[in-house]
Amino acid sequence: MLHLAESQPRTDTETVLSVENLKAYYQMNYFGVSREVRAVDDVTLAIRRNEIYGIAGESSSGKSTLIKTIAGAIQPPLRVVSGSVTFNFAGKPLDVYGAPEAMKDARWRHLSYIMQGSMNVLNPVRRVKHAFHDFAFAHMGLANTAFWGRVREHLKRLGLDPRVLDSYPHQLSGGMRQRLTIALATVCEPEFIIADEPTTALDVLVQQDVLALIKDVQQRMGSSIIFVTHDMTVHAAIADRIGIVYAGRLVEEGPTEDVFAKPQHPYTVHLISSLPRLGDVTRRKALPGKPPNLSDPPAACRFHPRCPLAVDRCRTENPPLVPRASGRVACWRAGEAEVS
Amino acid sequence: MFKILRDLLRYNTEFLIGFVLTGAIFLFAAAHFFAPYPDNAIYMLPPDMPPSAEYWLGTTSRGQDVLWQMSAAIWNTMTFGLTVTVISRFLALAMGMTSGYLGGRTDQALMTINDTLIALPNIPILLLVYFVMRDQMSWPILALTAALLGWNYDARLIRSVALSLRTREFTRHAVFAGMSVPQILIRQHLPYVMPVIFFTAMNNLIWAIGLEVTLSVLGFSDINRPTVGGMIYWANQHQAIIAGIWWWIAFPIIAIVLLFLGLFLLAISVNEYIDPRSRLSRMGG
Amino acid sequence: MDGFSKYLVRRVFQFFLVVFLGITLAFLITNLSPVDPVEQTVSLMTNFGATDPRAVELMREALRELYGLEGTVLEQYAAFWSRVLRGDFGPSLSSFPTPVMSLITAALPWTIGLLTLSLAFTWTLGNLLGALAGYFRSNLALKLAGAAVMALHPVPAYIIGLVLLLIFGFAWPVLPISGGAQMNLTPGFTWDYIRSILIHGTLPALSLVLVGIGSWFISMRSLVSNIVTDDHVVYAELGGVASRKIFSQYVARNALLPQLTGLALSLGNIFGGAVIIEFLFNYPGMGRLLIQGIYRGDYSLVLGVTTMSIIAVAVAVFIIDLVYPLIDPRVRLG
Repeated sequence: MLHLAESQPRTDTETVLSVENLKAYYQMNYFGVSREVRAVDDVTLAIRRNEIYGIAGESSSGKSTLIKTIAGAIQPPLRVVSGSVTFNFAGKPLDVYGAPEAMKDARWRHLSYIMQGSMNVLNPVRRVKHAFHDFAFAHMGLANTAFWGRVREHLKRLGLDPRVLDSYPHQLSGGMRQRLTIALATVCEPEFIIADEPTTALDVLVQQDVLALIKDVQQRMGSSIIFVTHDMTVHAAIADRIGIVYAGRLVEEGPTEDVFAKPQHPYTVHLISSLPRLGDVTRRKALPGKPPNLSDPPAACRFHPRCPLAVDRCRTENPPLVPRASGRVACWRAGEAEVS
Repeated sequence: MFKILRDLLRYNTEFLIGFVLTGAIFLFAAAHFFAPYPDNAIYMLPPDMPPSAEYWLGTTSRGQDVLWQMSAAIWNTMTFGLTVTVISRFLALAMGMTSGYLGGRTDQALMTINDTLIALPNIPILLLVYFVMRDQMSWPILALTAALLGWNYDARLIRSVALSLRTREFTRHAVFAGMSVPQILIRQHLPYVMPVIFFTAMNNLIWAIGLEVTLSVLGFSDINRPTVGGMIYWANQHQAIIAGIWWWIAFPIIAIVLLFLGLFLLAISVNEYIDPRSRLSRMGG
Repeated sequence: MDGFSKYLVRRVFQFFLVVFLGITLAFLITNLSPVDPVEQTVSLMTNFGATDPRAVELMREALRELYGLEGTVLEQYAAFWSRVLRGDFGPSLSSFPTPVMSLITAALPWTIGLLTLSLAFTWTLGNLLGALAGYFRSNLALKLAGAAVMALHPVPAYIIGLVLLLIFGFAWPVLPISGGAQMNLTPGFTWDYIRSILIHGTLPALSLVLVGIGSWFISMRSLVSNIVTDDHVVYAELGGVASRKIFSQYVARNALLPQLTGLALSLGNIFGGAVIIEFLFNYPGMGRLLIQGIYRGDYSLVLGVTTMSIIAVAVAVFIIDLVYPLIDPRVRLG
């Protein structure tokens, strides 16, 4: 479509989001008991224009906190302790925690969000069209009729009947509501979309459908997407690059194909080994132990208590995230584990 | 239990104020056992004396010491409130847990009855009961009537907790282990319902004391038994405001307001301690 | 049957159940009490002086018939229902021979007016303040306002009314403390009369507002502080929707629904508060009628006012139940 052509000349190596040494902790103090949960601990990453970046990790690994922090959607007791999050919208840098007003202006115009549990993101007591008006109208700079024309056209392009605008959320099916929120998140053609487990609550068929829709919209608009899910098969289907998060840290990052073909970090190896494969009837091995308690994480490499390859160095010295092969990895024994 | 109390006193100012207020009022009320005059004796002292060194809070037109009257009155009023609360807790608990545990049609039927009772105006019904009982009205009958009218809100609350417990794993285990319904309710579910009971008890106590004050202010209870509302009733009967005997009215009002404030602070701070959601918002503060 | 019809049928059923149980309860209380209302009335009337024993016997029979206390319990119950349905509670003994029903019809508009206005004000203001306090949690002015209304909320209506009466009736006498309107004015749609009604209603209404506002504040604040973490609100915040709009359309609007249900549930209690306040300020409504009836031992009047109060509250609850679906599309459109 015509709006998309404009974004084409930009090179795909241009950085849209850069996160530097980001630390975000939950700091709690209640009835004399203090607790600090280091949910995001020293994360550095960069996301390019026109790419889908997947973030993978178990539940409570801190991946949800990471994108909340990136989106500037944190509330006490979660606090950013140090580091920075900078977007690059329309050629201008935007510091998420340095310029709250500019950040507020950028929401939905440049940065939109597809949320976890999207079933409940629409106000149950208002018609759907009000959401489009509230979220998008101010950003589009269009007169009323032109605005609604554009919204209807957008809905049709996404395979939705424009009449849904007059419905209440409870009258629509789950898949329909999820498509609607995708439509809502893309109607302003933002440069950056944050997708937090957008397919988790859906059944498998609808899930495929929604993934295809997201990918399709992204390709037409040339936006970047940060896509969070614990489901590695979803990452395989949609992500250009993926980052693996373990216990609040980024432990491996690389192009999706390479990460799946030759994972470097033992934890990534485990994640990929545990995927079911056609014709393979051997039992999947479970990783011993549980994800660490983030208020009292293991010293040095946080994965060492569960790592089959752990050596003394892993227990005393934290491995830095360093370039290796086509990506980056944080492990003293990178590349030594094999996918079983 | 002791640890919870210590934590609350140390970290929750509202609880501390409420605790001190209620405690002080309780001690003051308990002091009436050592009063120099019998509770219901009248015309023992010179009437209408303003507050002085001898009579700290003055005397009434009926020749009573306001200080000692108030001490006995608060004791009686609190006794009434506690009686109502205890009886109505049993009713709310029985109704709420049965309804929530059995679920389905029984639940629907019980809750319909419950909602019907909520919609009935309490005060006119209590007044009707007083009207037909008249001189045979005593405080235990009044307390029983109030308790019969004062449990339905809380039954609803307890039911919603019981309803959520019904589908939990341990309930199924208990059923398979052959425990009877009363056994399951008392041994397995009661501990989870206790915090709700405790919190509703505080609110119910406040309500019951308010009811007692209201009814006895109008003279619709045993008027010869000293109560806080009863004191105001007698003061009104003797036109204390017009006669300028302000201490007869002012001190009971102050005592009542302080008592309510104390109980209310206890109620909200205990609720905050029990409710995990308000705990969370406190972490941010 | 769709969701809306089901809702409607349930509400209508509930309405009739409330009326049925309420009236049965009123009958049972009067019927099962150890005190015989006829003997009670007789002794009240003969207190004033020696009466001819034959006259007393005649009076007894007349009262028995008047109160519908003849025949078996079931017959009496049926007779009571027929009185309720005909709206005929007999003559009032304390203002003989005026029928109880005409005393009630004279008093009812005062109570309805006082309650509707003060309740509308209380509910709106309490919810608004509560919602603001729940949304802007760190605002100091809202915290102070909240502390004030919350501290008042547990205090019984009579005490709050009495304090207002002492302040505005004695310490600083600027408002009338008794009656519904100035006595020497002729009722009608004249400015003077309406103004008089408003001035006389100020203190009773203010008492009712102060009594009621705290509980709306508390429940609204806690509802709102839960709703602000709901997905649809978080999403709107991420979407950069203006705070004012989020507050009104995403938070307050949703929290008002349970508050409307709460209003229906608490009408019975609110009516009780009004009874006390009316009596305190000598306001010519149902409450004063009821309490005066008790003081004067007027059996028909007390029974009539109680029964009509139960019905009136049930009707008000039913009206709220009918309004609810207009506001909640989930009920309206099932």
